[in-house]
Amino acid sequence: MSVQIQIDEKSFQIEQERKRVLDEVKLTVKKGDFLTIIGPSGCGKSTLLKIVAGLDTEYQGAVHVNDRQVVKPGIAQGFIFQEHRLFPWMTVEQNIAADLSLKDQDVRQKVDEMIEIVRLKGYEKAYPSEISGGMSQRVAIARALIRDPEVLLLDEPFGALDAFTRQHLQDVLIDIWQRKNITMILVTHDIDEAIYLGTDVAILRANPGHIQKLVHVGLSYPRAKTSPSYQQVRQQVLQEFEKTESQRYIDGEGI
Amino acid sequence: MVRAQAMNQPVAREKKARKSIPIWVKGLVLPLFIIVIWQIVSSSGVVSATVLPSPLQIIITFYNLIVSGVLFSHLQISIYRAVVGFLLGASIALVLGFVVGFSKHSESYIDPTMQMLRTIPSLAVTPLFILWFGFDELSKILLIAFASFFPVYVNTYNGIRSVDSKLFEVAQVLEFSKWKQLTRLILPSALSHILVGIRLSIGIAWLSLVVAELMGSSAGIGYMIMDARQFSQTDKVFVGIIIFGVVGKLTDSLVRILEKKLLKWRTNFEGVE
Ligand SMILES: Nc1ncnc2c1ncn2[C@@H]1O[C@H](COP(=O)(O)OP(=O)(O)OP(=O)(O)O)[C@@H](O)[C@H]1O
Ligand SMILES: [Mg+2]
Repeated sequence: MSVQIQIDEKSFQIEQERKRVLDEVKLTVKKGDFLTIIGPSGCGKSTLLKIVAGLDTEYQGAVHVNDRQVVKPGIAQGFIFQEHRLFPWMTVEQNIAADLSLKDQDVRQKVDEMIEIVRLKGYEKAYPSEISGGMSQRVAIARALIRDPEVLLLDEPFGALDAFTRQHLQDVLIDIWQRKNITMILVTHDIDEAIYLGTDVAILRANPGHIQKLVHVGLSYPRAKTSPSYQQVRQQVLQEFEKTESQRYIDGEGI
Repeated sequence: MVRAQAMNQPVAREKKARKSIPIWVKGLVLPLFIIVIWQIVSSSGVVSATVLPSPLQIIITFYNLIVSGVLFSHLQISIYRAVVGFLLGASIALVLGFVVGFSKHSESYIDPTMQMLRTIPSLAVTPLFILWFGFDELSKILLIAFASFFPVYVNTYNGIRSVDSKLFEVAQVLEFSKWKQLTRLILPSALSHILVGIRLSIGIAWLSLVVAELMGSSAGIGYMIMDARQFSQTDKVFVGIIIFGVVGKLTDSLVRILEKKLLKWRTNFEGVE
């Protein structure tokens, strides 16, 4: 029971040229693990996640979720986009239900339970325009979770939020992950976010995207960012990350 | 500095409160002024009543027309024409707008023709409609239908095409059925456009009604105006014009209320801003 990612090659046709974006990306995420992926901007993190979600199928290789090959998007691979992407004409509870009917007792109960988990009690009837960005992202998470995904994929979900809200949502996410024992893959460009959340951190190198290093974070939750053991892991990840950065300078990409 | 500001504030607010006459009251000042001048000019007898009847006389005529039931029977037939014509044009437009909006195939077959027809002013086809369908109800209703077709068609089509592709992606990830895609994504998203089309269309339907009734009829507000003109009953002409204005404004307000109800999420958004 796991997520197996085997991407031999992923290229994009840009004008006349074929640009190789991902090259031999091989990852296995065990059930209940929380993998975080960091890498410089443009290294193919979103592309990788879209392949796992089944939103992009034009690549060499295969993705398996619990031994079932992913060939199209679906609720088994829950996806959280960087922007919340809520339906503006639906209230919070309608957004969570989405295509399901709130009149259905079963759905109603699940929605109420989920609203409790993402701490949105009292906002059930609010429209997306009436709630903050952080709350919207929680609604999006609830919308994915209520469908019992086998894996939850998050593409820089907290990137657009301020530091306080981000910290808060990271804690909410850990809480959900521990409660539901759900497999998660989260992409970020924030090293601290990657270490704070992940059981494992994958560092992605750019041009073409390739796993530079996979670091196991053997720390218990909740993690104290100031503790020496945390700092030790941070040093290790930072070193690997700097290698990918210097690699970029050598390749003449720069920033 | 801080204290000075704090003390200034209540003064400023007081000033504002004294000045804040509601906008609708401000809007009434000019019409009232004109009516008063008009009444004075008419009463002094400088202008003859056949050219410019006094406001008072218009009100009396208005009252008489209401009491005798004449106004109501004309209004009834006018509204009947406008409603039937509008419903006919708008519903065909809605269906066609959907078809063209959904299928690229039908777009390439149908849309160019529609865009061509759209540029023809309805006034220009009026003679043709009379030739084909005569002076009776059919030609009037078809003329109104023709004119009210295009705003709904164009806006429905645009509305469906302007659904956010990012939300389509969400619908894919959430495994929406085709039916749910239609009812929970495409329709709500297109609704604001469609309502704009309907509002424009009602306005045009009303306008075409005037054209249709002035071109020849034996009943309706337009007929009442033409008939009164022949007998130089200028006050009656004024009553007809006022009725056209009032009913037009009323229907527009009605659609606005509908819009507010149906697009609650959007009006709320505007409220936040
Ligand atoms: N649809 C596309 N067509 C062509 N090229 C693309 C497309 N999508 C992505 N790319 C290219 O692939 C590379 C990786 O893009 P991707 O969005 O996966 O990067 P990323 O790691 O998510 O970056 P960021 O951190 O900025 O989100 C980029 O160089 C980009 O130009
Ligand atoms: Mg990205």
